[in-house]
Amino acid sequence: MSLLEVRGLRVTFGGRTAAVRGASLSVEKGETHCLVGESGCGKSVTALAVMNLLARGARREAEALSFAGQDLRHLSDREMSRLRGDRMAMIFQEPMTSLNPAYTIGSQMTEVLRRHRGAPRARAAERAAELLARVGITAPGMRLGQYPHQLSGGLRQRVMIAMALMCDPELLVADEPTTALDVTVQAQILRLLAGLQRDLGLGILLITHDLGIVARVADRVSVMYAGEVVESAPTAQLFAAPRHPYTRGLLRCVPVPGKVRRDEPLGSIPGVVPRIPPGFRGCAFRDRCPHAAPACAEAVPRQEAGPGHEFLCTLPPDWALRERAA
Amino acid sequence: MSGAVLVPAGAAGGAPRWLRSLGLALGLLIVGLVAFAAVFGPSLVPHDPFAQDLGNRLAVPVWMEGGSWTHPLGTDQLGRDYLARLVYGARISMVIGLATVIASGLIGTTLGVLGGFFGGRVDDAVLFVITCRLSIPVVLVALAVVGLMGSSFTLVILVLGLLLWDRFAVVARSTTMQVRNLDYVAAAWCAGASRAAILWREVLPNIATHLAVVATLEMALAILLEAALSFLGLGVPPPLPSWGLMIAEAKDYMFFSPWVIMIPGIALFVLVFGINLLGDGLRDMLGTQDAR
Amino acid sequence: MLTFLLRRLAVAILVAMTVLTLSFMLTRLSGDLAISIAGPNATQEDVALIRAAYGLDRPLVVQYLDWVGRAAVGDFGTSYFFRERVADLIAQRMPITLTLGLVGLGIALLVSIPLGILAAVREGSWVDRGVMLVALVGQAMPSFWLGLLLMILLGLQLGWLPISGTGSWEHYVMPGIVLAFSAIPALMRLTRSGMIEALSSDYIRTARAKGLSRLSILGKHALRNAAIPVVSIAAVQLGFMLGGSIVIETVFALHGVGYLAWESISKNDFPVVQAVVLVLALIYIGLTLLADLLNAALDPRLRAS
Repeated sequence: MSLLEVRGLRVTFGGRTAAVRGASLSVEKGETHCLVGESGCGKSVTALAVMNLLARGARREAEALSFAGQDLRHLSDREMSRLRGDRMAMIFQEPMTSLNPAYTIGSQMTEVLRRHRGAPRARAAERAAELLARVGITAPGMRLGQYPHQLSGGLRQRVMIAMALMCDPELLVADEPTTALDVTVQAQILRLLAGLQRDLGLGILLITHDLGIVARVADRVSVMYAGEVVESAPTAQLFAAPRHPYTRGLLRCVPVPGKVRRDEPLGSIPGVVPRIPPGFRGCAFRDRCPHAAPACAEAVPRQEAGPGHEFLCTLPPDWALRERAA
Repeated sequence: MSGAVLVPAGAAGGAPRWLRSLGLALGLLIVGLVAFAAVFGPSLVPHDPFAQDLGNRLAVPVWMEGGSWTHPLGTDQLGRDYLARLVYGARISMVIGLATVIASGLIGTTLGVLGGFFGGRVDDAVLFVITCRLSIPVVLVALAVVGLMGSSFTLVILVLGLLLWDRFAVVARSTTMQVRNLDYVAAAWCAGASRAAILWREVLPNIATHLAVVATLEMALAILLEAALSFLGLGVPPPLPSWGLMIAEAKDYMFFSPWVIMIPGIALFVLVFGINLLGDGLRDMLGTQDAR
Repeated sequence: MLTFLLRRLAVAILVAMTVLTLSFMLTRLSGDLAISIAGPNATQEDVALIRAAYGLDRPLVVQYLDWVGRAAVGDFGTSYFFRERVADLIAQRMPITLTLGLVGLGIALLVSIPLGILAAVREGSWVDRGVMLVALVGQAMPSFWLGLLLMILLGLQLGWLPISGTGSWEHYVMPGIVLAFSAIPALMRLTRSGMIEALSSDYIRTARAKGLSRLSILGKHALRNAAIPVVSIAAVQLGFMLGGSIVIETVFALHGVGYLAWESISKNDFPVVQAVVLVLALIYIGLTLLADLLNAALDPRLRAS
């Protein structure tokens, strides 16, 4: 049984635009699963839908949506809020604005434990200090009494991570946790997440648009395009033998030292992620795809290209090999 | 100390478009009707608003038992036709509202534009003047001036005009600052346009819409204040039928004939409500978020 | 922060000086005060007598400096009509006006904050529209007329509350409601927009992600931030309400400072008028300073800097 199982997730806003169109993915215990794609492809909406944090006016449907065997689809708001922050936690892209400016770090951290475990104030503060130290913040006792505006962006993101860990969650959903940070801080945060995952056996769903991050931390990758997961594979497998034309396009956009020659132009994918009207059929990538064929306007099959490697395309699994041979 | 006051507060409502334009239409309708009554009413109503008929005092309106179409809204304590007085009162309210807005708009806009445009010392001085103005209790000072100098129609306009310019100044100042920093205004500077030309051609047209919204709010406020002054006997002098004065004169009879204060009161409320609706609609339409 | 407050204090003192001058000028507007005090039937000799008795024969500058010097130590002279020290008169009447103002502010906050929150939580719904309509209605309501309506309804028809006077706390309910009406629209709009902004913020999403209860999200995380501007505007509104209480005190025959001012204006009792204007302006200035302090106390970002 997977820790998190999402199948056929659909999210619509006001019945007009479909942000997520039947996305499926699963996160195993102790695994880092990366969800990648261009901005606007529905990654963040997927994460928010899993946590049931979508804005008002958004509609969520799914064939399956379960956490540790528990069906999340029919949980009430109250039951869901009991899970959030306790067994499943989330951190966000904007550390500068994600903490409440009016309360101290300590107050915001301890309230999680007080809410979910009914811990007394002193015990909760102890735990908070412990976790601040664990995420590499020096003088945690002093930090607890500080306000968010007194901390740098990197520190705030560490506080967010520590706060997410207050109740020893089994799943951490991290929505672009390093995008807003400096490159050096980025690396520290990623190392921290990797270390925590190893030590605590945390399942992580990491949302990012940065393939460099994926290569470094992911056990498994799902590539999202226009609200669908178009390819999903173990990381090494995906980088070595991508099957979906979109994944290949994405990978060509990233320079790899030693492989990309100096004057060779980097790849790019022409066009942008399209708006998908309701009732759309076929492959959403076909307008930008170099291999588009008439069949792409029909239902697209989900194919297997190896153990745990699935992709959504009309091309046969071995098309890439044949292309290279030809 | 002005900081707390100068914060533009309250964003526009979240009502759907049709509802907003409904509000705007309703506001236009109300203001239009009152304006029509103010201009043509007195010549359409057959009675003289000043003619007393002591034999026919406190006649009831037509919809109550014993009412008649001779005096559709009844008569007041001196037997004067209430409808005639009401439409004449509309004229007083509208004239005072408009004249006050023109006077205070000129003062406030001048001050605000000066402060916003030149900044620095000039702006400090303007802010200081605004702060002083805000710390003066308006109703009290207006009453005192009218009380000491003797009530008259023009004095009321003058006093209100001299007191109600603060919001014009605040909004003119902040919008001028914004406009001044726009790229195309900077371009006009560089092209060698004179200060006067920039003020006249770039700044004023840009802040005009914001000022229009303020104007509606101030007009509503001026009408309410005039009514309050007249109610206290220190506004428009009798026998002019200001709505506030009508309420004051009818006050002694209100427990037995509540309609004598209901009719002018409702007229006053509806007009001010209409002007505010107009202002809100205007703001939503123009997308300005300030001026409240 | 400290330099900021000191600057504000300096400006406040300057403003107070200006108002002191203005309140003096205000009473000299009507020309010869002695004539208006003496009344229409006075002879030339009476006027001369009065002019000398009240020191009105001195040069204007001397009169001004005299007024400033005395006002600075709280001596506003003697009332012509009441034959009492103006400072005593104001001190006697002030508790009534302050009670009225605080009752009015209390009612205004009790109404506008819950309604503002409700409108923000249900933004765009009929509840929201209803609340905004209440704000518009409140804005258009002439306070003296509302007072009379309440007298007819609550006082006469239902007999729930006394119609006028100051005998008991019940006497303050109706005037308090009327006074509250003038502050409700602004406070309600501010609460609503502050809550809408707070509720759409990232930190509220974080609070939800932490699984906090709805009560904690609204009441602790959102309201605390939305309340910062509301609290400081409430202090300023109290100043406006005290200034505007003259109308309501007159309607309900509450013998507070406003009523005193109205009486003095009709009696040409200018020492009282200029003193009341000054005192109310000083209270307003004090309240705006208080608003700044409250702002600083509530917002940790301001407190630190």
